Formats: sequence, structure tokens, C-alpha cells
Amino acid sequence: MSLATTLLHKKAAPWWLSGPALVLFTVLLLVPLALTAVLSFNAFDPATGVKAGEFTLEHYTHVFTDSYYHTIFWRTFWIAGLVTLICVLIGAPEAYILSRMGNPWRSILLLVVLAPLLVSVVVRAFGWSMLLGPEGLVNGALQLIGIGPVKMLYTEIAVVIALVHVMLPFMVIPVWTSLQKLDPGVENAALSLQATPFTTLRRIVLPQVLPGILSGSLIVFGLAASSFAIPGLLGGRRLKMVATVVYDEYLHELNWPLGAAIALTLLVANLVVMLSYNRLVEGRYKKALG
Amino acid sequence: MQKNGPLALAFNALVITFMLAPLLVVCIVAFTPHNTLTLPTTEFSLRWFKAVFAHSDFVQSFWNSLWLALASATLATVLAVPAGIAITRYEFAGRGFLNGLFLSPLIIPHLVLGVALLRLFALLGGTGSFGWLVFAHALIVTPYTLRLVVAALVGFDRSAEHAALSLGASQATVFTRITLPMILPGVTGGWLLAFINSFDEVTMSIFVTSPSTVTLPVRMYMYATESIDPLMAAVSALMVALTACAMVILDRVYGLDRVLVGRK
Repeated sequence: MSLATTLLHKKAAPWWLSGPALVLFTVLLLVPLALTAVLSFNAFDPATGVKAGEFTLEHYTHVFTDSYYHTIFWRTFWIAGLVTLICVLIGAPEAYILSRMGNPWRSILLLVVLAPLLVSVVVRAFGWSMLLGPEGLVNGALQLIGIGPVKMLYTEIAVVIALVHVMLPFMVIPVWTSLQKLDPGVENAALSLQATPFTTLRRIVLPQVLPGILSGSLIVFGLAASSFAIPGLLGGRRLKMVATVVYDEYLHELNWPLGAAIALTLLVANLVVMLSYNRLVEGRYKKALG
Repeated sequence: MQKNGPLALAFNALVITFMLAPLLVVCIVAFTPHNTLTLPTTEFSLRWFKAVFAHSDFVQSFWNSLWLALASATLATVLAVPAGIAITRYEFAGRGFLNGLFLSPLIIPHLVLGVALLRLFALLGGTGSFGWLVFAHALIVTPYTLRLVVAALVGFDRSAEHAALSLGASQATVFTRITLPMILPGVTGGWLLAFINSFDEVTMSIFVTSPSTVTLPVRMYMYATESIDPLMAAVSALMVALTACAMVILDRVYGLDRVLVGRK
């Protein structure tokens, strides 16, 4: 068979159709990622820049042994973990409460909770910097009840609050979706068999929305751990997270290989945390269902 | 259906307040007549909005963002429609791989994408050029269009297509006269979602823009790290207004709840 007939063969059709997108994704995703992986092993000289031919593990040993980077990775992951926990504690009950409302409130309020997703994260960070500043509304309210001005802006508090605000929709959406599959008849059956509302919630509703909570947690954790604009604007110059450190290495220190090594470490660490969490919870979940 | 108790309703009110507070405060402070970020109580002024339109950097960045979002959303749609057809209508080796690859920008941190693209553009000598920026944005918004196109194609009754084919219509005619009109809500919904996401993107763009192609969110980020004044609030309020307009259109053509929670 000649090349022309092979290309015109029916089997080639899906490749023709997805070809343009495949070219874009190869040139702008696969190739750059490979280049960055290579770059992270390139030697770097502050005077002359990147040495293309020389390879070293120096940047990775730097990231793994320097306590400065330990502090930053540790801070990034505990903040992401805390944000995930708070999003579960707020997002899951909120989705449940919304799903029990009648229309039109149910649709309107769901939209209010989810729509901020479409507003630029810079705008939301700026809103929180106004609310949490020394003369902001939150401190004003705290002073009314007798608590002195609390320093929140440029501390972990502001970063966590704003990240919860940004991530909450990502938790509400999967929980809401799994609640839609819940048959209200089962819940009513439990209640009519004298189960308390709490038992019904724990034994009937919770097991069924657990997959939603799990996938929401994975998204929230991944996005929070790599967030850039929120720690950049609300953490100030001193409170660095991994993404803001990478930005500094690239645009201020100009040490691209080190920046690439940090960014790829974040990508891999993120994947490891997410995959092991997935394993852990799925294993438990299977056991619980017998 | 069980009713929510008073405790649940109070919790709900708190969450709603929490979600709206930063957006409301931005929009109200934008109308302050003062030089500092204060809540206007007695008088309202449009002076900071006028200041935005007189600020050439912000105006320039707005146009950059607008053209960039228009171009990248269109490019992403043009790529996603045939790719969506390939993924939904053909069984072929590599289908799972392609689907995963095309959705991967949703999972890979934009920080990593920004770093990676900066390396590529630096090697090609095109750092910060508008053309490359369009391709970079098309990459990150393609997953949004692809998902809606695939959703439209999955719930698709193909009998009209078969009828047209059996009556002698060409493949091209069937596509333009039947397939495309039937998936049009998904295509336009995907385009709008891509437009909004491109317009809002900051983390990747901050690495790959140059002074002449800085987008509005990047400009705002850099402005906010240096100074905080009501000008920033006015720009933010305009962004909120623009997003609200885009959301209303999205709701009309596709349904906002379908975009956000995937309900039919």
C-alpha cells in the first residue's frame, strides 16, 4: 500500500481530525516540558548564565538539602493541606444544604457560590487584601467585639482565607454532582425507620458523596500547592510559597536551571501526594463498603 | 425532601457572605471620592474610573487581553471541534492518550507551563511575541472547549446525518448544515468559557509576556505588588462587570449551571 492510500484510509481519519490540536500540544506542551527537564540539569554560572553542554545534579541537591527550600516546600504543603481540609468542612455541608433547598433559591445561591470561579484571581486577591488589611472591614468588625487589630495581611492567615475562597467552588462542584445521584427515597427510608438525622447523614449521605469529596480534595490540593497570585499578593515579600520562589528565581535571580528544578520538584511532589492520597482513601473506601 | 434547619441556613448565609464579600468590597470602593481605599459612605465618585481610562498602560493591557482572548478562544475552538469528533466518533489506538493529553493543561500547574513555555520561546527567540502568546493561551483553554464539544457530541442523535448522507449530501454539507448547527450551543459555550479563562489567566502569562504584550491581569498583579490605591479597585470593578456580562451571555447560549456543574 502506498503512503497516499494509507493516509486516505479510514483509520487515519481520527488522526487527521485531531492532528492540528496534536501539533499544538506537541510543540507547546510536550517539547517545552522536555526542554525544561533538560534545563533543570544544566550547569549555571551567575556570570555567564546557562551552560548548555554541562550537566549537573547540583540544582536538585540544592533544593533537597538547603533548609531554605525545605521551609518553603513544607509551608506550601501545609497551607495546601489546611486549605483542602477547610474546603471539605465548608464545601461539603454547603453543597448538601444547597441541594436541599427549593428553587429558585437553590439555583441562585449555587450560582453565587460558583460564579466567583470566573472572576480573575487577581481581583479576588485584591478584594481580600482590602478586607484583611489593618484598617479593613474584618479588623473593624473584630474591634467592635473587643479584639484588637489582628495582623492578617502578609501572613499565612490571609493566604489561607483567600485560597479557601478561590478553591471552594472546586469542592462544591464534585460534591454537588454526587449529591444529584443520591436517591432521596433512601434518605427518607432511613428516617422513617427511626434513624436520627445525624445517623442518616453519616450512614446514608456521607458514603455516597465521599467520591465527590475525594476528587474535590485532589483538585483543591493540587491547585492550592501551585497557586501563585494569592501568595504573591497576600503573602508579601517575606512569606514565600513554591510558585513565588520559582518566579523570583526566573525573573530576579535569573537562575533558570534552579527555577526549573524547583518547578519540576513541585510537579512531581504534587503528583506523588495526589496519587498516594487517592490510593489511601480509595483503599479505605473499598474496605468500608466490604 | 427534608428542610434545612435554622443552623444550616445560618451556615449557608455565612458561606454566601464569604463568597461575595471580596467582590462586593472591590466594586463599592471603586466609587470612592478619596485618595485612599475607603468605603464611600456619603458621596460616590467616578473619578477613579476616569483615571483608569486615562492610564495608558491599563488601556493598552486591556486591548492586549481582549485580542488575545478572542484569538486564542477562536483557535482553541477550531482545534477542539475536529479533535472532539475524532475522540467521540472513532475507536482507535491512541484515543485515550489524545483525550488525556488534550485535557492535561487542567492538571499541570500553570506555573510549570509558564516556565516550560518561557524556555521554548527563549530558545526560539520569540519571548513575549503576541503570536506565541495566542498559541500558549490556546493550549490552556483548549480543554474547556473540548469538554463542551465532547458533551454536545455524546448526546447526539445521528439519524439526521444518516438521512442527509443517504439523500446524497456530501460529508462537508452534512457537517456544515447538520452536525455543526446541532452542536453549536456546545461550541459557542466552549468558546465563551475559553474566552473568560484566557482573559483571566495570570500565572502562565506573567512568565511569557513582554512589556508590549502584558495582559490586563498581569498588569494588575504587577501594579498591586507595588502600590495599592483606588485605581486598582476601579480596574477590578470593571473586570467584575465584564465577567458578569460574559456570564450572562454564556447563560443565554449554553446555560451557566451546565457549564459549572455539568447538569443537562
